[in-house]
Amino acid sequence: MTTAVSAGGPATTPDRPTPHTEPASRFAGRPRYGELVIRLLLRIAAAVTVVTTVGILIALAIPSIGFFAEVPVLEFLFGTRWAPRFADASFGVVPLVTATAWTTLLALLVAVPLGLGAAIFLAEYASPRLRKVLKPILEILAGIPTVVYGFFALQFMQTTVFRDWANLPTGAFSVLAAGLVMGVMIVPTIASISEDSMSAVPQAMRQGSAALGANRMQTTLRVVFPAALSGIVAAMVLGVSRAVGETMIVAIAAGNQARLVANPLEAGQTMTGFIANAALGDSRVGSIEYDTLFAVGLLLFLITLLINFISIRFVRRFREAY
Amino acid sequence: MRTLGGTIDGAIRPERPLASGTNGERRPAPLTFLVLLWLSLVVAFGVLVTLIVTIIIDGQGQFTGRLLSEYPASSPDRAGARPAILGSAWVIATTAIMTIPLGIAAAVHLEEFADKRNWFNRMIELNVQNLAAVPSIVYGLLALAFLSLLGVRDKNIVIGGALALSLLILPVIIIATREALRAVPTEIREGSLALGATQWQTTWRQTLPSAVPGIATGSILALSRALGEAAPLLVLGALVFVSFDPSGILSGYTTLPIQIFNWTGRPQEGFHQLAAATSVLLLGVLVLMNGLAIYIRNRFQKRW
Amino acid sequence: MIDRAGEKIESIVPHEGPGVRINARPADGFLPDEPRGILQCENVDVYYGSFRAVTGVDLKFGLHEITALIGPSGCGKSTLLRSLNRMNDLVDGARVEGRVLFDGEDIYGSKVDAIEVRRRIGMVFQKPNPFPKSIYDNIAYGPRVTGMRVDSMDDLVEEALTKAALWGEVKDKLKQSAYSLSGGQQQRLCIARTIAVKPDVILMDEPCSALDPIATVRIEDLMHELRREYTIVIVTHNMQQAARVADRTAFFTAFADEGTGDRTGVLVEFGKTTQIFEHPTDQRTEDYISGRFG
Ligand SMILES: Nc1ncnc2c1ncn2[C@@H]1O[C@H](COP(=O)(O)OP(=O)(O)OP(=O)(O)O)[C@@H](O)[C@H]1O
Ligand SMILES: [Mg+2]
Repeated sequence: MTTAVSAGGPATTPDRPTPHTEPASRFAGRPRYGELVIRLLLRIAAAVTVVTTVGILIALAIPSIGFFAEVPVLEFLFGTRWAPRFADASFGVVPLVTATAWTTLLALLVAVPLGLGAAIFLAEYASPRLRKVLKPILEILAGIPTVVYGFFALQFMQTTVFRDWANLPTGAFSVLAAGLVMGVMIVPTIASISEDSMSAVPQAMRQGSAALGANRMQTTLRVVFPAALSGIVAAMVLGVSRAVGETMIVAIAAGNQARLVANPLEAGQTMTGFIANAALGDSRVGSIEYDTLFAVGLLLFLITLLINFISIRFVRRFREAY
Repeated sequence: MRTLGGTIDGAIRPERPLASGTNGERRPAPLTFLVLLWLSLVVAFGVLVTLIVTIIIDGQGQFTGRLLSEYPASSPDRAGARPAILGSAWVIATTAIMTIPLGIAAAVHLEEFADKRNWFNRMIELNVQNLAAVPSIVYGLLALAFLSLLGVRDKNIVIGGALALSLLILPVIIIATREALRAVPTEIREGSLALGATQWQTTWRQTLPSAVPGIATGSILALSRALGEAAPLLVLGALVFVSFDPSGILSGYTTLPIQIFNWTGRPQEGFHQLAAATSVLLLGVLVLMNGLAIYIRNRFQKRW
Repeated sequence: MIDRAGEKIESIVPHEGPGVRINARPADGFLPDEPRGILQCENVDVYYGSFRAVTGVDLKFGLHEITALIGPSGCGKSTLLRSLNRMNDLVDGARVEGRVLFDGEDIYGSKVDAIEVRRRIGMVFQKPNPFPKSIYDNIAYGPRVTGMRVDSMDDLVEEALTKAALWGEVKDKLKQSAYSLSGGQQQRLCIARTIAVKPDVILMDEPCSALDPIATVRIEDLMHELRREYTIVIVTHNMQQAARVADRTAFFTAFADEGTGDRTGVLVEFGKTTQIFEHPTDQRTEDYISGRFG
């Protein structure tokens, strides 16, 4: 203790004990057990997310181990016949993956141009008033349940438009109807994330471009678009992963025949479509049907995980643009 | 070197009169571009309008009190969605109770307490991002495996569905809450801490109250996503004939999206109309929830 | 000098220097040559991760004195100030080496509770940061969260607001939002809020930089009043302000550290304000004060 201070003494208030009577630190305060407990609880809550991931991995992996004990991995990955319930069962996942690839591709064909167009319009052209009206509508579009989209794909797209109006050579279900409507479903996802990242481009960049004599289109395509590229790519990648994981639209409108789809007017079964459909059949825990569900689920999970990691890397790489 | 306006090695373009009578924004390329942008909006919103109009037309014959008051039946003329409405209410309420406090707590940990350089916290962050992109049906498989592990025979129970949906929207709530917390200026936190408040007191009394509108908006949007979700419940066997009102978290149930799926798959036209009418009902509820969320955001969100 | 109603100006005797008015102690209080250090830095280094922002600071903040920290932007004044009440604990990666003694005890000691430190060493920030609550609740917040035993919260609020020279202006609208106040009033509210928890030291980081000249003068007057009871450390960019309010002044600058490759802040000179402004011993101080550098 410095002598200077004991001479003057700090400005103590009556309800505080004087420094000299306290043996330990005068800053010890009261013990804050409550605070510690709360911190621990918060940490546990955050850890639940990790438990979820680990849970997913274990939940998918254990039945999959049982599955791959009976079906060789290579036969699963490269086999072209999917017939898990037949007497001469065959577990080649290629037909499911092909159907998934078709619906995803078709969805992107719709969603990328429409989503980007809407995003550019909202970010670069719309007046603030118009944007205030359009964005909530976009959000409502994003909030429509996929089962309703599925109903629309089957009853309107496939039945009314393709069969009744256009007389297309197609049956009760088609990959095309499911894929196109899925594209509409993804438009808001791509539009709103792309719009966010374009709106985040500093106004100074647009002004700089305009001051050089560029018109709006040039400014948009050559300045704003490249600057917002990481967000736009992330939006598309998220769109892909939503298309791959989408279940209800394909379960309703794509059909249940797991065959190699060569033409989008055919019916087909995606990975998610198979899981949804097989789960209806109330399979016994431990049976091969039950394990098959999880093997396909594992493949689906790994594919979306991979897509997502690519997206995260991409965003990281380009984030420091401005 | 020549006078101003001339060229040095041809580097300066020949002068163009300023009053050329043209407009840089009205040349063919930018005009086409603008038309394409408009077109994409028109198509996107056109499909939305078509979807709504078609389901309203399809469902118009079935907008009766019977839809709300009756149980499903083998004939479309006697069938209603009463158990599905109650089932959705039960499942969503259970989901909300399970997941909102959990999500907020996790977000508070990540945003207010976690040292961002700690590997554990960084892993949690990355993990939350990943979980948000996991297909919903995988959450159904997770819940299915979990219930099997517990030895639950009949997996079509309210708490099972709520478990799947809770885990599904947990990352959504965490991300929304973190954004809301991040929007609260650091100065508010520092002001509180400099008065000798603890970090939890600061969070509880200053940061969280200021973030409530953002959290509420995010939570409502997440719940409306759960309300429209069918795939995980399908995996848990919710597609059954339910002719009773759910009575608790261990009760069997069906939900509106599952009921729509069920009726869509029936051959009779009457059931398709019921599916359309139920879709309109579900959409109505979702639009209300979305509207509430947007209202809260616009009305109560503080602009610092 | 602004004459506040009912207050005598002669409590502060301005000492007119060339161009700037330099503060001197009130007639009743003699300023010792050496500060009676209630708060003291001993060889303090502050790091952000591996970046050393400040190094080797030895400084004593005298009891019931106002000490000004001045220096060019980025030399670590705020960093040092925030390490005096452990606000830096909340910045991931921030770390203090050396010792900061409060009344002889190291506030970074292992038994020390940072929250208790902050209660006794309060802080006022550059931008007024009232809570989004009523004026009354802004003042009552500190006593409530620190669990102070208070006989009458109303009296405490009145006392704090009075000391912060704000009572007259807000006594009729205590329940209104603090955001309804002007910037200068908000800053005095933040000072009142700090006073309400009865700290020993008040740290102020450029408290007037967001305010107009009149509001600035009011806060400066207030600081003179508060010096009777509190020890004040103020960071300021305004040389005149340092000269007007501070008993002692510490001048910092940043140098390019050969060893670490960082631009690191160091204490150049510390002394009575009159001495620093009239007879600086270091050439860098003289350059800065006369505006040739900074
Ligand atoms: N949170 C932080 N993380 C990393 N570096 C920081 C942080 N805060 C400040 N610094 C760095 O520390 C150095 C000192 O900053 P500080 O804010 O203390 O300067 P200052 O003297 O207060 O400047 P000013 O007069 O502009 O307020 C600067 O180089 C700054 O970049
Ligand atoms: Mg500073």
